[in-house]
Amino acid sequence: MRDVAVVGFAQRQMQDYDGSPTCAELLVPIFAECYEQTGWTKKDVGFWCSGSSDYLAGRSFSFVSAIDAIGVLPPVNESHVEMDGAWALYEAWLKIQTGEVDTALVFGFGKASAGVLRRTLSLQLDPYTLTPLWPDTVSIAALQARLGIDAGLWDEAAMAEVVNRSLSDAEKNEYAVRAGGSSVEDLLARPMFADPLRKHDAAPVTDGAAAIVLAAGDRAREVRERPAWITGLAHVTDGLHLGTRDLTRSESARRAGAAAGLDGVEIAELHAPFSHQEIVLRRELGLADDVRINPSGGPLSGNPMFTGGAIRIGEAARRIWDGTAGKALGHATSGPALQQNLVCVMEGTI
Amino acid sequence: MSRTLSAPVTVSFDYTRSVGPVLGRFLTGLRDGRFVGARLGDGRVVVPPPEFDPVTHRATTDFVDVAETGTVTSWTWVSEPVADQPFDRPFAFALITLDGADAPLLHAVDVASPDEISTGMRVRARWAAERTGAITDLVFEPESPEVPRLGAGAPRTSTIGTDPVTGIVTPVSLDYTYAASPEESAFFRGLAEGRIVAQRCPACRKVYVPPRPACPVDGVPTVEEIELSDAGTVTTFCIVNVPFLGQRITPPYVSAYILLDGADIALQHLILDIPVEEVRMGLRVKAVWKPREEWGTTIENISHFAPTGEPDADFATYAHHL
Repeated sequence: MRDVAVVGFAQRQMQDYDGSPTCAELLVPIFAECYEQTGWTKKDVGFWCSGSSDYLAGRSFSFVSAIDAIGVLPPVNESHVEMDGAWALYEAWLKIQTGEVDTALVFGFGKASAGVLRRTLSLQLDPYTLTPLWPDTVSIAALQARLGIDAGLWDEAAMAEVVNRSLSDAEKNEYAVRAGGSSVEDLLARPMFADPLRKHDAAPVTDGAAAIVLAAGDRAREVRERPAWITGLAHVTDGLHLGTRDLTRSESARRAGAAAGLDGVEIAELHAPFSHQEIVLRRELGLADDVRINPSGGPLSGNPMFTGGAIRIGEAARRIWDGTAGKALGHATSGPALQQNLVCVMEGTI
Repeated sequence: MSRTLSAPVTVSFDYTRSVGPVLGRFLTGLRDGRFVGARLGDGRVVVPPPEFDPVTHRATTDFVDVAETGTVTSWTWVSEPVADQPFDRPFAFALITLDGADAPLLHAVDVASPDEISTGMRVRARWAAERTGAITDLVFEPESPEVPRLGAGAPRTSTIGTDPVTGIVTPVSLDYTYAASPEESAFFRGLAEGRIVAQRCPACRKVYVPPRPACPVDGVPTVEEIELSDAGTVTTFCIVNVPFLGQRITPPYVSAYILLDGADIALQHLILDIPVEEVRMGLRVKAVWKPREEWGTTIENISHFAPTGEPDADFATYAHHL
């Protein structure tokens, strides 16, 4: 296996992006930041891979317009996944493992506010027995939350604690679209939106984009004194049928964590778009009480669709670069109720 | 004024899907007013039946009828329904384990407030009078006799066919507010004033019309705004002979790439006021604008392009733009 590290990260998050859903004009300054961090030009990037969806953009082949932001004459080595940018990172990591390239720039983008996100996400469900009912993504998460409450695995106060910690931490995150902690009591006094979920239990609908730069071996050491070396990377999915899954658990997260190796993780950025899902993930990943969760504020403070997972990896990598952590975890999820999970473990020394 | 122009866009498509033998059996059951589940390798009865066993991965073959009554194992209150959900007023989604099944089904429950639903509550299916063999052929309602059963007594055999269900049609319609990029917005705002706005890439000096958020060659914003003439040269064209839905002009007619004078990217538009067989590469053309009172922020302000009568442009003047 080649040693591959995260060496660059740039992001934008906003509530209501005043621009086109192809996000090309949003990606230009993000790529510029990546070039500045690495000292590279686009010629130094061996492979480009993006994550986005036409269902969010409301037009076909939206990712093709986005590559205007790269500048593709002469043509570049490029690919795309209809998933969060975290899975684009997985593809890029594999590409580097093949030895074909030494460097990659991975990006994700999406303007979720252009449509009704929770409704659009019904299209990721079983198209025969679920999509015709349009079960929105918040309702499905709420069904999951109540199962855990009824089973005594968590309660509304524990969920509110997750929210309060996230929104308090988000005060220090310039990209957060929702920030400001209060108290568990105050949060519990707010009205229900999708009983037992209150609005703050769900990640805000967020527009945005992010990019992550990967480099192998000496290319990584040239960029940073302390690259965030990827020492474990795995993704696993649960089945399509909600009824045959135990929704209070996430077997796929557990398996991904076990495959990646989480012993000694000090900081974890968990992509839990709903408060109770952080509790599920903590348990499935076996994270001890002293593991610092989502110091960035996490997805409850901002969760751009198709970027929220990649941002978790970028935020975790930053804690390695600056020496805050020796070993950090970035997690990404996709699908309804934590169906698919990706775990990326990074370390400062190898 | 907003930085960008935007407009509503609806993207819709009726997904026609064949359902196969397993889901076909389930959906035929719904059409006939009953639930068909499957017994999996671990002994569990699951509704709807998965096509393949999630543990053994064998094809599902052991089908079991289960009751139309069941127990709520989880629920949520949909306080703000979205379009096409089973109700257009607040309602409950629930996980319901039907009597005789071991795993829940997700469906809607018709109750008036969250106070009327709870975990452990008994519910029963309320069938639509006319059923097509789709998951939307029913909703659930409380089993309690105090609640009047709307639609009770629906026939157990559908009026719509007796053959096995082999397909479903799922209409999907998504509404968006589609924004043009700031650069495209400047282009459309210019058109509303009868101007054609382009932008020049600071790196390669190429002029893009419509302007783009980034130069696709260099990946840098094209910030320098310039105004172009509405005259140009046909670089390539096609004669449209095929009628299609929504066509506004009777074929044959010409759709062409027109390289406006000073631009490096051709613009696509119609060439009219000339017999189609006389349209040629190098033809000099000029925009024919609609009456000013009809103008908006749209390329349709230009009705079409028409020949100027000038001599044709030399091939060398547009050879790099083909």
